[in-house]
Amino acid sequence: MNLNRRTFFKVAGAAGAVALAPARTASASSDEAGVNAERRGVLVDTTKCIGCRACEAACAETNNLPGPAMLDNPAVFNTPRTTDTRTYTVVNRAATSGTAAPARFIKRQCMHCVEPACASACLVRALDKTPTGPVVYHKDRCLGCRYCMVACPFGVPKYEYDSPLPYVQKCHFCADRQAKGEAPACASVCPSGALTFGKRDALLETARERIYARDAKYVRHIYGEHEVGGTSWIYLTDVPFEKLGLPTEVGTYAYSSLTQASLAAVPFVLTLWPPLLMGIYSFSKRRNEVNATGTGAKGGHHE
Amino acid sequence: MNSPAAPAIQSRSWVSDKLFLGMSVWDYLRSLATPGNFVAGLIMAIGIPLIAYRFIYGLGAATNLDQTNPWGIWIGFDMLSGVALAAGGYTLATSVYIFGLKEYHPVVRPAVLTGFLGYLFAVLGLVADLGRPWNLPVPLFFSWGGPSVMFEIAWCVVLYLSVLGMEFLPPVFEWLGWPRARMWAVRMTIGLTVFGVMLSTLHQSSLGGLFLMAPTKLHPLWYSPFIPAYFFISSIAAGLSMVIVESGLSHRAFQHRLDHTVDIDKLMLGLARGASIVLFCYFFIKVQGVADMGRWSLLTTPYGMWFLVETVGFVLLPSMVFAFGARNGMVSLVRWTAAWTVLGIVINRLNVSVIAMNWQAADRYVPSWMEVMVSITLVTIGVSTFRWIVNRMPVLKELPEYHES
Repeated sequence: MNLNRRTFFKVAGAAGAVALAPARTASASSDEAGVNAERRGVLVDTTKCIGCRACEAACAETNNLPGPAMLDNPAVFNTPRTTDTRTYTVVNRAATSGTAAPARFIKRQCMHCVEPACASACLVRALDKTPTGPVVYHKDRCLGCRYCMVACPFGVPKYEYDSPLPYVQKCHFCADRQAKGEAPACASVCPSGALTFGKRDALLETARERIYARDAKYVRHIYGEHEVGGTSWIYLTDVPFEKLGLPTEVGTYAYSSLTQASLAAVPFVLTLWPPLLMGIYSFSKRRNEVNATGTGAKGGHHE
Repeated sequence: MNSPAAPAIQSRSWVSDKLFLGMSVWDYLRSLATPGNFVAGLIMAIGIPLIAYRFIYGLGAATNLDQTNPWGIWIGFDMLSGVALAAGGYTLATSVYIFGLKEYHPVVRPAVLTGFLGYLFAVLGLVADLGRPWNLPVPLFFSWGGPSVMFEIAWCVVLYLSVLGMEFLPPVFEWLGWPRARMWAVRMTIGLTVFGVMLSTLHQSSLGGLFLMAPTKLHPLWYSPFIPAYFFISSIAAGLSMVIVESGLSHRAFQHRLDHTVDIDKLMLGLARGASIVLFCYFFIKVQGVADMGRWSLLTTPYGMWFLVETVGFVLLPSMVFAFGARNGMVSLVRWTAAWTVLGIVINRLNVSVIAMNWQAADRYVPSWMEVMVSITLVTIGVSTFRWIVNRMPVLKELPEYHES
């Protein structure tokens, strides 16, 4: 058998070069206890929200965005709105009209998932999960592939399609304010106590206390405790979550787990394909040599 | 069509010989005045300014993409379909150099060239689609998003495009008349082929793996944990079919460049047999996906009907017709079936990325005329480049001085 040694090393070298690529560990899933305890969140108690939209105004102000339109006009709630490139948060009214349920409002923004789909989708870590909670955007790295938009189950990342130099835009949980020890702008102005900023673990306790308090009418579910593996923003309500417009079919697993099996195959392809293919190559070469009656073909000619 | 090299040319310079097919500049330019070139020129005259328009005014001005539908036909057609249809390069190279099926050697070079140009123009389509394409070096050198499927694809596509380019060096060096360089290029063949298979396995499947992240957005008949396997296996069928289609077209277009000693029809029937088996395996695991996920009841919905059109009409049926055609030596039927299969792969990629994507959303995406025109332009430039190369380099026919048994 005449498996050309040099050829083999060339192949092995190529395989090794790729195998040296960075280890594929989900960077976002650093779940050590210390990190967990410091993780911040916001508890949104929709039973306390009065729909004043002060949070929208504060968000616009701190981010130098145009102020919310129709600020004192209740007609703004007639059609549900979505966030966009110039609006990181919106307050919508729950679709409970015609029922006996009281008017309920829901603030929407980036959920700042514990293991964000967007960050595990991003090929340049432009979207990055910080240990204390915020999912931040390093705009200088962004390629504009928009895979984050495909991956996000909440439809949060918005794209500046109108610009020839576009960026992704979304709520960044006032990461800069948090670094200075301040609460996010929205939570710091909420007059009704609907938004509580704090450590996520403590907020979950608070949420449970409220649900199980005497005479409480809450739906016995904390939205965001387990959804998509957990979110920094968690919600309480006394009307069905569907009426609030929160997607309820998103599952309770981290989306980064969806591609783990696929990515785990990479080292196997890199290490098993070369010997397998070279083995087949040497067999077929031998076969062709035998078939070429009498002419012991010389090695090294592959064309 | 470029006419064959005119005989008896005086003062053949290198430029005239290599670039103008042995004609003088004037004669060469006159030879370009054909209806085919006119149509191609017209398409480019419209399409290239549109690409400029997209970069000056942004994606929003040129495309119908929106916040719900961030990916359109530049991803679904140019990238996903383009890369699948370019799979002939690794499929044929593996068959010939690794499996030792030497009788297919005459179709390796056109397959590698088709693959190289397919990837090149898929990447160009991607550049048009990316918001900030000048940041393309970032994932390669500056910021590594290890857990991202897209990161794997970026690396694999860049490396594989280089591999295909290097695999195509022997005919380039033969054309330039550099035998020593050619010898070195030929020696890389096995290494490049194995590396190419590794890279293709990874990124062909990972292009499907991208959509694993969208369980709530992609229709459940198309969403499956097997989607990387679907993309990989169907890319083999796509590659084989594309080689058959390309060979059929080359047979008509480049009569004078063909090697008439090769029984190309026999090779086509062999490829058809392979494509038939691969398509049947693909159909089988598609059915298994429906069964495993318990999706039978969805088949009677409108999307289910469309799913059946794709999997039965464009996978199972061509598989059977390929087998019938190969068994009965019906080359023309095989060629049409290959085109049918190619269309089916394009439909599949568009289903996954566009048609069955965001199927419950209020905002549905329909491409703008500019998006369609840019896609047509990229294909036209790709075909024109293919013709330019085939008319000059030994692609369809080996030069006798380099022929090895």
